[in-house]
Amino acid sequence: MLASDEDILARAEEWRKAGKGVAIATVTETWGSAPRPVGSHLVIDEDGNFLGSVSGGCVEGEVVSEAMDTIGDGKPRMLEFGVADEAAWRVGLSCGGRIRVYVEKVD
Amino acid sequence: MRLDLLSAMNVERAARRACVLVTELEGGAQRLVLAQDVERDPLAEQLDAALRSGKSGAIEHEGRACFLTVQVPPVRIVVIGAVHITQALAPMARLAGFDLTIIDPRTAFATPERFPDVKLIAEWPQNALPAIAPDRYTAMAFFTHDPKIDDPGLEAALSAECFYVGALGSRKTHGKRVERLKEKGFADAQIARIRAPVGLDIGAVSPAEIAVSVLGEIILALRKKPLRADAPARAGAAT
Repeated sequence: MLASDEDILARAEEWRKAGKGVAIATVTETWGSAPRPVGSHLVIDEDGNFLGSVSGGCVEGEVVSEAMDTIGDGKPRMLEFGVADEAAWRVGLSCGGRIRVYVEKVD
Repeated sequence: MRLDLLSAMNVERAARRACVLVTELEGGAQRLVLAQDVERDPLAEQLDAALRSGKSGAIEHEGRACFLTVQVPPVRIVVIGAVHITQALAPMARLAGFDLTIIDPRTAFATPERFPDVKLIAEWPQNALPAIAPDRYTAMAFFTHDPKIDDPGLEAALSAECFYVGALGSRKTHGKRVERLKEKGFADAQIARIRAPVGLDIGAVSPAEIAVSVLGEIILALRKKPLRADAPARAGAAT
């Protein structure tokens, strides 16, 4: 079954209460054609498990990796992803849009 | 995000109450505003607009960028009538991420064999609905075309301002339904919210096709315009 937003935040709470380091990523702005609406969440635990999405799978890998840093140092981060180019193959949005993602630690 | 704020958001969602998390994007300060406290908040106007639209978004407040994470209750579908269309609609609704409950007092229809893994209540709508408490975030579909079963639920759906109210039946059946609701004191504008004939006009014939058209119509009502927080005041009608 697909995870809905409610499952996602409930899971973040469960993970944290189980003693894990947890970060929440939220889409705060989109421009042009973006795969997930503003307010979409991705939650990440310290082991790299994640639930939800902030794009169609294009940038989740990078968000998870940044989330690890946030879990480590406790500092929120604002990430921005734009159109895929060769250099940004790993982290581009092939749909041509741009998104901004806020990553924060649950503490 | 503080764990206590996250827990509080999850509690509000479980209780089907709306709330807004306000995050200052510089510095990360956060607070949670419950729907009942929005009026007294310094950001009352923006928070109210956010709750009406049901959409999260960035705002400016005194030169500071804030992000509003808007949480409105998860959408539910309540179906009156454990009929053939409902058998098709139940798995479709689950795949689309909707919570679905079926009510039908006819125990020959409302059997777990016909509806595996679905919330099924074999009671009259007027007895079952108070516990479910339909609200603006609930869609209600009526498939029995038996006034004894459909009407009490329809009256509850209109009074609760459900975002979607759809009722199966021919134009003639619907005409009689409209007359009965008028006699009960419902206003024309309220009655006009009932979608009948039910479902998007995609030429659906089979029960499964009709289920697709109804699910599509529910999604249309949900997504095409904001949930109506400012629905017209109800006429002093029976509930």
